[in-house]
Amino acid sequence: MGTLLRIKNLKTHFFSAGRVIRALDGVSFQIEEGEVFGLVGETGCGKSVTALSILRLIPFPPGKIIGGEIHFKGKDLLHLDEDEMRSIRGKEISMIFQEPMTSLNPVFRIGDQMVEVIVLHQRLDRSRASRKVLEMLQRVHIPDADRVMNQYPHQLSGGMRQRVMIAMELSCHPLLLIADEPTTALDVTIQAQILRIIKEMKNELQTSILLITHDLGVIAEMCDRVAVMYAGSIVEEAGVEEIFESPGHPYTQGLWGAIPRVDQERETLSVIPGMVPDLSQLPPGCKFHPRCPYRFAPCDQSTPPLFQISPGHLASCYLYSKGETDG
Amino acid sequence: MDNPLLNVKHLKKYFPVARGWRKEKTFVRAVDGVDFVIRQGETLGLVGESGCGKTTVGRLILKLIEPSDGKILFEGKDLAHLDKKGIRPLRRAFQIIFQDPFASLNPRMTVSEIVGRPMEIHGLVERSQRDEKVCQLLQSVGLMKAHLSRYPHEFSGGQRQRIGIARALATEPRLIVADEPTSALDVSVQAQILNLMKQLQRELGLTYLFISHNISVIRHISDRVAVMYLGKVVEMAQKKALFQSPVHPYTKALLAAVPSLDPKRKRVEVILEGDVPSPINPPSGCRFHTRCRYVLPKCLEEDPFFHQVEGDRWVACHLYSS
Amino acid sequence: MNEAKTMKTTGQTREVWRRLKRNRAAVIGGLIVFLFFFVAILAPVISPYPPNEGDLTKRLKPPCREHPLGTDPLGRDQLSRVIYGARISLQIQVVAVLIALVIGTLLGMVGGYYGGKFDNLIMRLMDILLAFPGIFLAISIIAVLGPGLTNLMLAAGIYSIPQFARIVRGSILSLKEKEFVEAARAVGENDFNILFRYLLPNSMAPMIIQTTLRMATVLLTASGLSFLGLGVQPPTPEWGAMLSTARAYMITAPHVATAPGLAIMLVVMGFNLFGDGLRDSLDPRLRD
Repeated sequence: MGTLLRIKNLKTHFFSAGRVIRALDGVSFQIEEGEVFGLVGETGCGKSVTALSILRLIPFPPGKIIGGEIHFKGKDLLHLDEDEMRSIRGKEISMIFQEPMTSLNPVFRIGDQMVEVIVLHQRLDRSRASRKVLEMLQRVHIPDADRVMNQYPHQLSGGMRQRVMIAMELSCHPLLLIADEPTTALDVTIQAQILRIIKEMKNELQTSILLITHDLGVIAEMCDRVAVMYAGSIVEEAGVEEIFESPGHPYTQGLWGAIPRVDQERETLSVIPGMVPDLSQLPPGCKFHPRCPYRFAPCDQSTPPLFQISPGHLASCYLYSKGETDG
Repeated sequence: MDNPLLNVKHLKKYFPVARGWRKEKTFVRAVDGVDFVIRQGETLGLVGESGCGKTTVGRLILKLIEPSDGKILFEGKDLAHLDKKGIRPLRRAFQIIFQDPFASLNPRMTVSEIVGRPMEIHGLVERSQRDEKVCQLLQSVGLMKAHLSRYPHEFSGGQRQRIGIARALATEPRLIVADEPTSALDVSVQAQILNLMKQLQRELGLTYLFISHNISVIRHISDRVAVMYLGKVVEMAQKKALFQSPVHPYTKALLAAVPSLDPKRKRVEVILEGDVPSPINPPSGCRFHTRCRYVLPKCLEEDPFFHQVEGDRWVACHLYSS
Repeated sequence: MNEAKTMKTTGQTREVWRRLKRNRAAVIGGLIVFLFFFVAILAPVISPYPPNEGDLTKRLKPPCREHPLGTDPLGRDQLSRVIYGARISLQIQVVAVLIALVIGTLLGMVGGYYGGKFDNLIMRLMDILLAFPGIFLAISIIAVLGPGLTNLMLAAGIYSIPQFARIVRGSILSLKEKEFVEAARAVGENDFNILFRYLLPNSMAPMIIQTTLRMATVLLTASGLSFLGLGVQPPTPEWGAMLSTARAYMITAPHVATAPGLAIMLVVMGFNLFGDGLRDSLDPRLRD
């Protein structure tokens, strides 16, 4: 299996009222073919900005990708012109959002919208596109698919709309599906249905998935590899079992301790002291050091690189600098 | 042991909706016959999916909306039939913490006014001593004296929620309804608020009705748990019993749908198919029968009683009626 | 650190200021409005001549050094009359808008908060008022009350009530569902306090905007009525009344009509530009 997407040192900043908000401050990771890669973190850590940056959908102004590389199938997306980019969006890289209503047009029937997308990207005629739509809707287990095709978005429930979105985005067989909090607005039982559909579709179509969520349960359920983001940077990356069993970065450990668990009893939850830093006034050195219980000499001096804890397990923390050569 | 602070009996709330040209009167049966008891000093977790009526139950108990039917016995006194004026002096004893820390504080009031008003209304403090009392309260929820003269927009979500908690505590209530108090917060902030609520409960002997859709949070905070589906409580039991051996098919499906934090443990595939039916026209008989995998012929016709099956466990399901 | 705190405290007002200052039209409008207030208040100090004393030997003089805007048919200095006219206009505007603001706000608050039959009654009444063309409504009111400054202010005030009532009602309707109002009821606040401590302070933004924009409309109506002879009576230097006098000399001495006409246009434009700018900066979501 090869690497599908490789992001190197991506920096996206927002410029507002004379301040520079460093939403992404040197993000690097890669997604292999057929893999589900999870991006997890709290509000404002930059996970959604990462997704929008990959698709070059950062609104300018105020936002701008100011540096880095995004290699997709060998091409650097940051060097493509808008036309080339448009042919990639929706066809090779698709995206589903937390609230499907924002990406479905409320005045068109479901079927018509989906046919439009397929005609646009696959150059099929309308009747064949329409058959394809029906098939896709059935594949995401929509009962009465032909009736749903004639309905308007507002007539569907949240879960149904998210299914429609998945069917629509996967109808062009994208190589990469970016799912930004796809189940956050849904109830758990509906979430379970949607997660199952995403899994099935991934297995059938061999699509790679970048799954962005703050819900660690969803991460554990779905992902092969996971990266944890904090204040615009990736602080830890590892295989899913490894990261849940032995989280390395103090932030990851703090986050894990803060979750009430269905499978364990705890009287008090552990708490990370302090607050997330203002992205326009980041502390020097490691961004987590003001809140870190283990901080020591180098932490407020320079940003720690990603050190290897074990094969495939990286953490941006000086606790793991032992054995590495300095500099 | 059995010392009910609040006893809710056959509580109902139908919201009228006008449909179509002729404005035929139909009703959303948001809460349709709910019974439960909350004992002094405990936390009852009320869990269910969106639209099940759990928020409406919270509002009914506080008399923020008028019940259509049923009884709300608070320390033996029925609140259901009291009018606006009659309820006002009693409001001291039960308070609420809201979900949205941004919408629940008056943007034009300072923290000292927000937290101080409830004390003034109920005559608990002299005007001159108000700030001092507010200050003590702020400290007990982890805020500082310097925050007194600030406005809500100057605080983070977690801090605002603390202000909301301080306001709820201002009248020294005995019952606090917490309506999804951590749903709008990040996990690390959620942990702080949950810890704070537990600590306050220990120190002040508070009783909580904790409403949430988040099953892990409910499990963490509750002593007993009630599960709601489409306007009714389907199962209620001690937390341990409910989580270890759920009996109602809906409870089972709901618990199974929560993703485990252990990536090695694959989920038991009891997935609930379809969507929740409309509360305007709920299914006949047992409301869950359209999605239930153990459905009996009886379930389509007869609404199962909410009855005690063992010890402290109550269930509304024909599978468990003798 | 301390500085950062004070900055934050005033954050909302500062943000409004910042947006307002960036809006060039609003700044121009604001300057015009400011100038208008300045002139109106200091009229006795800055006007070169008494407004009502004319020199019949100097009738209808075109602009010259002694009379920068010329003189009127009775030989009175046009500049002085325009300056004093600002006083009259401001008085009419303030009183009329105040009447509308107080009555409209009360009706809107009560209707929006309690709803039901009373609300229905109020709003249908407002609809009736709105159904008449503004000037026609004002004329009808004058017809009943008789012409004159006081009745003009009353008429302009009454016909502005529906606008305030509607805006306040809309604002109350959306606010009363907010959780902080529920919280107020939960702690036992009574209706009066909920209305005046929770709902009204949060409806300020649309009220301020409406007040500014209404100042322009009221000025137009008032001068229109005076032009028709239904408002302020000569010799009071009211802009509309001045226009009316000037009408007969349109061809022979056009400057007589130009001065009050320009004054009306400028002030109306000023209030409109400023009001629109306020709307944009007080509530960016209201744009479009």
